Amino acid sequence: MTATTEPARPPASPPTASLERADYGDRVFKGVLTLAALSVPILLGFLVYELWDGAALAIARYGFGFVTTSTWDPVAEDFGALPLIFGTLASSLLALLIAVPLSLGVAIYLTEFAPKSLRQPVAFLIGLLAAIPSVVYGLWGIFVLVPLLRAHVFPFLRDTLGFLPFFQGPIYGPSMLAAGIILAIMVMPYIMSVGREVLLAVPNTQREAALALGATRWEAVTTAVLPYARSGIVGAVILGLGRALGETMAVTMLIGNRHEIAASLFAPGYTMAAAIANEFSEAVGDLHLSALAYVAFLLFLVTVIVNAGARLLIWRVARGSGAGSSAL
Amino acid sequence: MPGTGSRCLAGLIVLAMGCGGDQPGAGGKHRGASAPASGATLTGAGATFPAPLYTKWFDVYARETGVRINYQSIGSGGGIRQFTEGTVDFGATDGPMTDEQIAAVNGKVLHLPTVLGAVSVTYNLPGVGTELAFDGRVLADIFLGRITRWSDQRIGALNPNVPLPTDDIVVVRRSDGSGTTYIFTDYLSKASAEWSRRVGKGTSVNWPVGLGGKGNEGVTQQIKQSPGTIGYVELIYALSNKLPSAKILNAAGTLVQPTLKSVAAAAASAELPPGTDFRVSITNAPAPESYPISSFTWLLVRKEDPDTARARTIAGFVRWMLEPAAQRMAADLHYAPLPVPVIELVRLKTKQ
Repeated sequence: MTATTEPARPPASPPTASLERADYGDRVFKGVLTLAALSVPILLGFLVYELWDGAALAIARYGFGFVTTSTWDPVAEDFGALPLIFGTLASSLLALLIAVPLSLGVAIYLTEFAPKSLRQPVAFLIGLLAAIPSVVYGLWGIFVLVPLLRAHVFPFLRDTLGFLPFFQGPIYGPSMLAAGIILAIMVMPYIMSVGREVLLAVPNTQREAALALGATRWEAVTTAVLPYARSGIVGAVILGLGRALGETMAVTMLIGNRHEIAASLFAPGYTMAAAIANEFSEAVGDLHLSALAYVAFLLFLVTVIVNAGARLLIWRVARGSGAGSSAL
Repeated sequence: MPGTGSRCLAGLIVLAMGCGGDQPGAGGKHRGASAPASGATLTGAGATFPAPLYTKWFDVYARETGVRINYQSIGSGGGIRQFTEGTVDFGATDGPMTDEQIAAVNGKVLHLPTVLGAVSVTYNLPGVGTELAFDGRVLADIFLGRITRWSDQRIGALNPNVPLPTDDIVVVRRSDGSGTTYIFTDYLSKASAEWSRRVGKGTSVNWPVGLGGKGNEGVTQQIKQSPGTIGYVELIYALSNKLPSAKILNAAGTLVQPTLKSVAAAAASAELPPGTDFRVSITNAPAPESYPISSFTWLLVRKEDPDTARARTIAGFVRWMLEPAAQRMAADLHYAPLPVPVIELVRLKTKQ
């Protein structure tokens, strides 16, 4: 850090000095930028170290068994994170299942079908959705979404799809499905707006070529536009997934916070982020705190793995098609 | 107001101490000469339950004496942790520190009760009204998931004239760690051996059943929205939101509604020996008119603080807080004030 000392006052000027001075300025500039760039891995390093250090006690006590056991008993100091990991992955997956088709539909409509006068206003509204704080989503979920789900949607699902294990059991309201739906609403703006950008980046010649060959609008979209944009679309989905995995406030307000793995989507669950937010401030025992740090470390790990997987996916998809990834 | 003069004097002394004391980490901070009225500064952190009252107290106290007290309501657990690490001048908690935690600060901690809190058992049963009654064992079995229907005989036996529905009982409890949970589980542990063995007491516990709501408001919302639910919230919260509070059968065999009076009665009946460290649980108190799910809330203060200026500043505040004027402020905000014998004991303790 000491490298960024004040640039010394340039020596009073012989004519050759101006070149040297420019060079000196460049070097300082480069140094500053390098430091700025380095700060990211350094920060990340500290973060990982802190999490690891905080979790050391729990890691020493439980090792990998922490990931595979289900008890969470702060009184007896017995901790296992499996329901949390399951809850995080399940709620995010649910969110994507709902959000991806919807948001891609909106993105395609906005770029390919919507009248010009509609495109900008709708895109603007989508941007606005992304700016709503998650606690507001959570409150809306409690006051509007959950009563609606409990009174109408869940009973309907149980009556029509009740033969599936996902839609059985008592209906409380706060549940894995409620959390998945609120997450879907929260990630949709991201997938929609990035998806829209990606589709806009598809050259018009693609569409024109398809239409010239006698394709319908639908065929042009599915055969020419989407394949061209697919790596970008995967990127948009991954962005949404990243947001869903880490979302805390709205989820903890709607998921029911029960430390349990249930097949039914009507049953309450729990996520890693929600558990940390709920228990950290009141955790008194060292092991309890350490277990929460371990959960944070695992959440970090899950996000890294998911992101790495996504990179890999984009890379593999991009090899097949031309552009699209460049739009990201 | 006979106390005002001496209070101002005390404030001045504290002011002088605060400016004179120059130890590192001292609560006292130098203020510019332009602000002669403000003296020492204290920082505290901890329980959220008494936070509205503390905020009010500290505000009035700063105006009267110039001693500024910054309080962060980060939760009892956080308060104990920060107090132990020495990052704050005092802590505040709804559940007393355990012996191990006290050992971590070499036993140098005083628990000073400030006011009383209580936990209401609230429910949503259309057509049943606000008169439901429970006892500790039935409550424990409901929260253990052993009693699952409202029409259960044991609930019926306590409520002979109430038409109870056959609906399932949906338990709602706090998902976040909380002093409210501590008080409630402390009571259930006393009322039921099985609860004590299987779940125990703590700011967060391993709940056998139920939905977790975040904060008093999360629990309340869940209960208000769905019939058949039962849960627990702070008494103040229940009072100000007009939630039904169940009567609880106390140790003397009377059914008692939670009120400031019945909570104070619980504190009055607690047996505090002169040498007490105030770490007493007053749940399930013996007096006939006492509400059984009551508790003190405490300030955590260093015993034999090497920083004498800070110790004096804190002692000054505690004395002020025990005076009737300050305790009346508590009642205005629906906190039950400390009973007089307890006040005397705390006063005695602070002198040391």
